Amino acid sequence: MSTSNIRQGSLEIVDQEKIISRGSLYVAQARLAAMMKWVWMILAIAVANPVLYLLSIGVGVGAFIDKSAGPAGIDGVKYLTFLAPALLATAAIQGAIDESVFPTLEGFNGWKNFFGMNATPISGNQIATGVFLASFVRVVGTVIIYWFVMLAFGALESSKAWLAIPTAVMAGVAFGSITQAIAGLLKDENMFFVIFNRFILMPLFLFSGTFYPLSSMPSYLQWIGWISPLWHSTELGRYLTYGHALTQTMAITHMVFLLTLLVLGIFFSRRIFTQRLAK
Amino acid sequence: MSSPLITARGLTKKFDEFVAVDEIDFDVARGESFGLLGPNGAGKSTTMRIIGATSQRTSGDLTILGMDPEKFGPQIRAHLGVVPQQDNLDMQLSVSENLYIYGRYFGLSRKFLKTKIEELLEFAQLEEKRNAKVESLSGGMKRRLTIARGLVSEPEILMLDEPTTGLDPQARHILWDRLFRLKEQGVTLVITTHFMDEAEQLCDRLVVMDKGKIMAEGSPAQLIKDYSTKEVLEIRFGSERNSAMAEQLRGMCDRIEELPDRILLYSEDGEALLEKIYSAGMHPKTSLVRRSSLEDVFLRLTGRTLVD
Repeated sequence: MSTSNIRQGSLEIVDQEKIISRGSLYVAQARLAAMMKWVWMILAIAVANPVLYLLSIGVGVGAFIDKSAGPAGIDGVKYLTFLAPALLATAAIQGAIDESVFPTLEGFNGWKNFFGMNATPISGNQIATGVFLASFVRVVGTVIIYWFVMLAFGALESSKAWLAIPTAVMAGVAFGSITQAIAGLLKDENMFFVIFNRFILMPLFLFSGTFYPLSSMPSYLQWIGWISPLWHSTELGRYLTYGHALTQTMAITHMVFLLTLLVLGIFFSRRIFTQRLAK
Repeated sequence: MSSPLITARGLTKKFDEFVAVDEIDFDVARGESFGLLGPNGAGKSTTMRIIGATSQRTSGDLTILGMDPEKFGPQIRAHLGVVPQQDNLDMQLSVSENLYIYGRYFGLSRKFLKTKIEELLEFAQLEEKRNAKVESLSGGMKRRLTIARGLVSEPEILMLDEPTTGLDPQARHILWDRLFRLKEQGVTLVITTHFMDEAEQLCDRLVVMDKGKIMAEGSPAQLIKDYSTKEVLEIRFGSERNSAMAEQLRGMCDRIEELPDRILLYSEDGEALLEKIYSAGMHPKTSLVRRSSLEDVFLRLTGRTLVD
């Protein structure tokens, strides 16, 4: 039988200052603890994904394309080298969506654990920021692993290639923050993201200059690239990994686009989370 | 007496046109076990979420621990332990991780939590489940974990929304034992329930709520005294005859309530009343004399039963 005495001492032990300054880190800690439950799966996906894609499309399909392209190559390089930065950014986006959409849908609709968090001094803003930070960690991990696989495949030709890590991470978190905000609005768990995956994510993947330069697509389809974080990040990635031609203006445009999405995504996530929890 | 921990005056919450909580007034004193009794949809949970400093009120005045929750939500929540109707635990984490993470949300140190978690696992009788995933726990265990979680910060007020709804009788009794222990130790409790036996056992004082309004307030014993008789005689003549018999019985006792399956007769002496009914030549199929409960108070106040 219990001998413990339940005290009422919160006035002495709860540290308000600490909660205000570190609250979102505590939320991120909870998310990371949950990720650790299936860390081997996350790592396996992070390695298998680049190996399979780079091998099958980069090397396999690449052999045909390189043969017909001749010594000029695609954009001056082997197809593998051309394709890899786009796949890198795609993996970043996929990882970010996993860690922003799923916890947000469960947090509000399924397990409703966001309401549990919000019953403590933790605010809606801190929950939104914490979920974002945890997805950021996942994205960074995924991108670094992917980058080393690219290195092993000989797909990195420039001394600036390591800078493709942050630009791919940018694509991931920019996209992830937006989907986190959208997920925060949803009451129904499934339908939206079934539609989202089929009709938004898939076309973006296919029409963002992933498999061939955007300029070789019909002009009436090129706008898809312009609204796609994947294309903006891929352009930067190609410049950084093999020296794809990129003007300074365009480089800045790509960066500003991704940063703007990120800022908007975080801003709206925080706002949507706070409003939904206060209902 | 020290000033109340919670003071509500004209507290109102509207969702668009729907008035969920309608100008209610109440106080909760330190060390008191205060209950909100009412059927589903009475506005109890909404009231709890407003006191929990998460949901914003539409109008009225509310002070919790001397602060207005509209301005000082996180500061108030720092001293509340909340046990919601749905166990919103982190399903991906283990039992002890849930307690640890929740403690972190209050800014509590690792060192403090290490001992606290042991204490709470013992309290919740979950020591052997410490490393189990929450998903694998039974309903009663999840509930006890949610209560233990609510105690991690040693809150000034522990708020329990329908603490035993959905549990089987055995799990419910284990939980009542735990909650009674807290009450004995002087923890301030705010409890909502639609079970009258729960309210009678755990609450020092309660308000009866219906359709967002407070219908009555007092201790369970006082409410029964004010709104019911000492005893109740329940008799059944069979569903077709109940109605006709109820007419004949009127005037034989203080008050009659006719329910679909039985007739309730309110009297100071149930046995004597039953004698009188037999003497009058009426022979009910079954009869039962019991003492009045909060269920009878609710029936008197609203004309409806608590659990439909």
